[in-house]
Amino acid sequence: MAAANCTVRIASPLRSYTAGASSVTADGATLHEILANLDRRFPGIRFRMIDEQDRIRPHMRLFVNTSEARALSESVRAGDTVHVICALSGG
Amino acid sequence: MASMLWISTRKGAFALRADHARKNWKLAGPQFLGHIVHHIVQDPREPKVLLMAAKTGHLGPTVYRSENRGRTWREASQPPAFRKAIDAEQARAAQRVFWLTPGHASESGTWYAGTSPAGLFRSEDGGMRWEPVAGFNDHPMRSKWVTFGTPDGEFLHSILVDPRDPKHLYIGISIGGIFESTDAGGDWTPLNEGVAADFLPDPAAPFGHDPHCVALHPLEPDRLYHQNHCGLYRLDRPERRWIRVGKAMPKKIGDVGFPIVLHPTDPDTAWVFPMDGRTVWPRTSIDGKPAVYRTHDAGKTWRRLDRGLPRSQAWFTVLRQAMCVDGHARCGLYFGTTGGDVWASTNAGERWSCIAQHLPEIYSVTHAV
Repeated sequence: MAAANCTVRIASPLRSYTAGASSVTADGATLHEILANLDRRFPGIRFRMIDEQDRIRPHMRLFVNTSEARALSESVRAGDTVHVICALSGG
Repeated sequence: MASMLWISTRKGAFALRADHARKNWKLAGPQFLGHIVHHIVQDPREPKVLLMAAKTGHLGPTVYRSENRGRTWREASQPPAFRKAIDAEQARAAQRVFWLTPGHASESGTWYAGTSPAGLFRSEDGGMRWEPVAGFNDHPMRSKWVTFGTPDGEFLHSILVDPRDPKHLYIGISIGGIFESTDAGGDWTPLNEGVAADFLPDPAAPFGHDPHCVALHPLEPDRLYHQNHCGLYRLDRPERRWIRVGKAMPKKIGDVGFPIVLHPTDPDTAWVFPMDGRTVWPRTSIDGKPAVYRTHDAGKTWRRLDRGLPRSQAWFTVLRQAMCVDGHARCGLYFGTTGGDVWASTNAGERWSCIAQHLPEIYSVTHAV
């Protein structure tokens, strides 16, 4: 599958990694590749949302367009928007 | 000697700087507002260096390093993380970095970190890249040692390095017990003999205990104390059986608490902050009357120190990392409360004054120079 160029919307708690940008672009054919691409450009960002077992952290959500992704193996097409969302929690 | 306190809270990091007399304190911060900060520790080998253990409600745990006494911070490039699980192995992921300990004086740049779930990690480059200590994390007995955690998970804490031998380590696990390694973490043995575990069916269980805080005296490293969920203990190595020195505490106070702090030069002097462990375990100051207790004779007797502290209706407690001493000849003692106040004594606990109020819940208070 060819690498796609997509838009990634960054939740505010992660914008310290993207110099404040709320939206960046990334290449990859799967979420795994998109996040690896992001981490190369913004070192450390992946581990804050994905744990060492490649699981999405409990209070994070990833959407491809309007569909929630359950695994990093989900594919991404050119022009898709990946939303990185911090689930409502805490107090 | 300058005095500075680093205050780690549920909502960020703060600093308190003292004047020469340690009478007036100036609060700075917050830094990392909104971050859950568990520990900030100065490197005694390189005092400009500090490490901070932090996460947020959403984001995974990490470590930050400062090389300018906390003015700016840089995130670890490889935070503590368990190795990837193989096949059907239980896949563990660090939920929080809970504890930081500088390595031995002879091992510049070496640090240890304890996590929840209970894991031990080591950095040899000043805290930027962390590797699992496989001798503990993958120990064949680990799953038996660490069987169930606290409501917030299991915590690996009180990582102690023998100042005479960098290979001689102790760790505490809530819940799991105290463990010792003499080969730099390659292998571990339980060290819980004599320690009560009222919540276990076997009162003589070799592990499964709940040490809240373990301390080793820096000038007499064979002398250890520990505050447990079930009592207050002292151990003089090479003995392996802990002595319950908390039995000398007043009966109406008991010997439950979180922190224990040792005098920097006198191995017979220690301070604790008892909390209410009766009935349903309120974990508050006892009867709403907070007090520090001090021993001058290695736990044979304890004296109440509450001058200056609230006399009634004060229901806070002090968590395991939230009490510390400084290195002044006239020993300063400090604690931070779950209610967000910081208290100081510049005469070893004889009199207390409040030096900061209304902070978020305080997780740790550490002294820096």
